[in-house]
Amino acid sequence: MTTWLRDPTAETSSLKRARRAPPASLAGLTVGLFDIGKTRSDEFFNQVEKRFVERGLKVKRYGKPTNSKVATPENVQKVADEADVVVIGLSD
Amino acid sequence: MAERLEAKHRGGTALAARKVEYGDNDDPEEICFQRDWTDGLPVTPPTDVRVLRMLSGTKRRPDETIGKIPPYLADCTIEKVAINAVLAGCRPEYMPVLLAALEAALEPVFTWHGVLATTYFSSPIIIVNGPVAKRIEMNSGINALGQGNRANATIGRALNLIVQNVGGGRPGEADRATLGAPSKYTLCFAEDESDPEWEPLSVSRGFPRGASTVTLFQGHGVEAVVDQKSRTPEGLSRSIGSSLVKIGHTRLTQSARAVFVLSPEHYAIYREAGWDRKRIERALYEATIRPGREILAGADGIGEGVPASRADEMVPKFHEDGLMVVRAGGKAGLFSAILPGWLAGRNRLELQPVTKQIRE
Repeated sequence: MTTWLRDPTAETSSLKRARRAPPASLAGLTVGLFDIGKTRSDEFFNQVEKRFVERGLKVKRYGKPTNSKVATPENVQKVADEADVVVIGLSD
Repeated sequence: MAERLEAKHRGGTALAARKVEYGDNDDPEEICFQRDWTDGLPVTPPTDVRVLRMLSGTKRRPDETIGKIPPYLADCTIEKVAINAVLAGCRPEYMPVLLAALEAALEPVFTWHGVLATTYFSSPIIIVNGPVAKRIEMNSGINALGQGNRANATIGRALNLIVQNVGGGRPGEADRATLGAPSKYTLCFAEDESDPEWEPLSVSRGFPRGASTVTLFQGHGVEAVVDQKSRTPEGLSRSIGSSLVKIGHTRLTQSARAVFVLSPEHYAIYREAGWDRKRIERALYEATIRPGREILAGADGIGEGVPASRADEMVPKFHEDGLMVVRAGGKAGLFSAILPGWLAGRNRLELQPVTKQIRE
């Protein structure tokens, strides 16, 4: 059951969306792999992708050019539109 | 029960504040901490039922805007006041007192922005007079400045939560206090009006006897004044004066006001001699006037003090209206207390205590 509290603030900060319940199974879902742009992240994600594909999952790759800047809303929206779950990763 | 039915029947549409949803596995008290809605102590989660019940404590409309709360000048509705009153643990019948306190804090001469943002120790101190204090069972007696009374504890807390949550005045951000003080959680008490011969603070500030009021003072607490041996009002006044001159720094003058909380045993010495409020306040003012040469800057290598040009003057510690005496405390103990004011009153008219009548 979802219930709520009333916000005591001036409501100038963003209201976080309630976290979606994790899926019971990954069967039939698209897994997004989001590379935050750190060195050698691609090597890490290549291995992760290989494992997911071996389990019969559909995988889509995303990323941003550098870890020093946040993802643009358009970039995040694209992931939200296309993937059901996402792995966000870093590496060094 | 009525609030529970209303909340259920209207499906959460009775209130305008946005909903912060949570699931079965979340602890609402922890959500309040995570969202930074607390003063560091646990708060009562503001559910619809509790907020509606709190709103039943006032006849004012939930969507009425009471003013802009510093430091970020956010509009504050009666509903937002009620939500913060729930957080603080208030009962609905405290709402008129809290609303009057909020209106007092919003008077420009109270300088709430400065009180919040200062590096000094101050926050609003709330003193309640009149029949409302008894009606909501406030403490003016034993341990009046301490813990243990719900109204004392939560009304002061609610006001500080409003400036934090609605105004955005968070410690370490807009609240720049170097050290702060425990009184920033809450410092709210009622005056002891049990002696009909005593002029209550509210009457001395121009309100009729029998009116319920709140007086807000910019200060912190508590500094002890001990005198177990003086038995004359003149001696006791000079003794108390020797403590009053120390607030802030013994050589700082005409820069802060003070509330002097007069305990019953000290008051008895004045009462037996026939001294009233005006005479006591005047005597304390005079007891804190010192020769300039005794408090010169630089003497003994201490930088603080008055300039050499004032060496031949008699220099008062306070402005003439800078002391407010309030009666409170338990029957035993020749101790009284000083609540020192914010050291920002070099211009006497720039900041002042504010008294408001409580509309019930």
